[in-house]
Amino acid sequence: MKNNILEINNLKVFPKVDTGNKLVNSISFNVQRGKTTCIVGESGSGKSLTALSIMQLLSKQLELSGKIFFNGSDLCLIDSKSIRRKRGNEIAMIFQEPMTSLNPVLTIGYQIEESIVVHNNLTRNQLNARINELLSLVAIDPERASSYPDELSGGQRQRIMIAMAMSCNPDLLIADEPTTALDVTVQAQILDLLGQLKKKLQMSMLFITHDFGVVADIADDVIVMYQGKIVEQGSVDLVLNKPKHPYTKALLQCVPDALGEKTLMPIDYKKLEREMAAI
Amino acid sequence: MKYLLSAKNLSKQYIQTHGFFSRKKTVIDALDNVSLNIKKGSTLAVVGESGSGKSTLARSLIRLVNIDKGQVIFDGIDFLNLNSSALKAKRKNLQMIFQDPYASLNPRMKIQSIMEEPLLIHKIGTKLDKLKKIGLMIERVGLHISDLAKYPHQFSGGQRQRIGIARALILEPKLVICDEPVSALDVSVQAQIVQLLKSLQKEFGLTYLFITHDLRIVRHIADELVVMKHGKIVETGKTDIIFQNPKTTYTKKLLASIPGTKKST
Repeated sequence: MKNNILEINNLKVFPKVDTGNKLVNSISFNVQRGKTTCIVGESGSGKSLTALSIMQLLSKQLELSGKIFFNGSDLCLIDSKSIRRKRGNEIAMIFQEPMTSLNPVLTIGYQIEESIVVHNNLTRNQLNARINELLSLVAIDPERASSYPDELSGGQRQRIMIAMAMSCNPDLLIADEPTTALDVTVQAQILDLLGQLKKKLQMSMLFITHDFGVVADIADDVIVMYQGKIVEQGSVDLVLNKPKHPYTKALLQCVPDALGEKTLMPIDYKKLEREMAAI
Repeated sequence: MKYLLSAKNLSKQYIQTHGFFSRKKTVIDALDNVSLNIKKGSTLAVVGESGSGKSTLARSLIRLVNIDKGQVIFDGIDFLNLNSSALKAKRKNLQMIFQDPYASLNPRMKIQSIMEEPLLIHKIGTKLDKLKKIGLMIERVGLHISDLAKYPHQFSGGQRQRIGIARALILEPKLVICDEPVSALDVSVQAQIVQLLKSLQKEFGLTYLFITHDLRIVRHIADELVVMKHGKIVETGKTDIIFQNPKTTYTKKLLASIPGTKKST
């Protein structure tokens, strides 16, 4: 289908020493062109492993099977040279902790430059112009290019990460909990920024989070993962307003709401197991 | 006595220097004339962005930070003028739960020793009493007695926060200061810890000072709310009233940035 930028078929991730347990267990989903798909789940649900599988960045102890079609080509079959050409160029990724993803001894200008020159051949002047352009794109004063990461706040660092991810105009942005470590107000700004960039650059986004509040703000489609499996997927309105699976319902009950209308209910895993067995 | 703790006009300044050779100095008001009262058995939440002075406030109340000016009356005693031995005895009633459950437990100590330490410091109970107390407390926070022989790295983030809570409560404090206790946790674990804190409050008659940047959690745990910005209190009142009718633009901005509110409005 031309409509899907990413198609995942029957993806499995398991330890090389096969113990029979699958960390990601036969999941299939699509990311539509120009849309934002959110993967929601608790820690250990396999959502980050799914993202790393797409980037072909899984740890050597892990193996994967299945098909990952990106723009029509299967990322699992191409050699490491071609995947490096796609990584950062056509698919970009941003991570949860901006401080650990930035090199503390290099200026942010240099680090943005690095991500550009890997894939492009530009002159010095063109490079500087591009760095300025990228910094203004994420609303950071281009003068800050000579700053070091420790001179920036958490929100600014995440903006730098986004600028680096945008450096080659990727078709797909994978964001692995990019706002979890941030204050609520800063989180709102970053989510706004990502929404704007998505429109402006006509990107697709695969957004990983554990927070249904964030999902409600940015997602078009939602995938709910539990213990390595997809338990529910659909459009954001459907999943949030008419959840079918008991796990989705339980997870929605955990999200504190600002209206204070519902009571906060931790997940009762025993009850959940029983309900899931009944399906 | 209506208030368990009342703080009056707390002020604290930090002086920031600009490099080794620079004479330029900037004065930062971490706390600027902050006053607050906490009723016995209730929960007061302090909300603000990073840099608003909320953690300095918490630390100054238990004298981990020495403040420049102001007064703290805790349990009828002028807390800031106690000498060190009296302070040590009084701190028993005032415990703290920290944000990062990974950083606040000593990785080289077993849970047994982590929980025993406060009892040793305050010389409480015989060896047998201590064991009994630790066993009861660890089960109360939802862990198992066999967990006492483990090290912190063997637990998940939520379990570690339970250990942090158990350690704080083992001395049977009157006031517990919670400094962003759930900010580092998954939503599902967040809900568990909030429920645990609430049920412990009922059982032991605890008073909480709850520090957070997440207004959603506040709605579920706090009776009263203090909103801070740049070291100053910008708004204070009952939680429900502030949520329904925020007075200052800053509080309105905070409320608007709660995720999940955009589409519903």
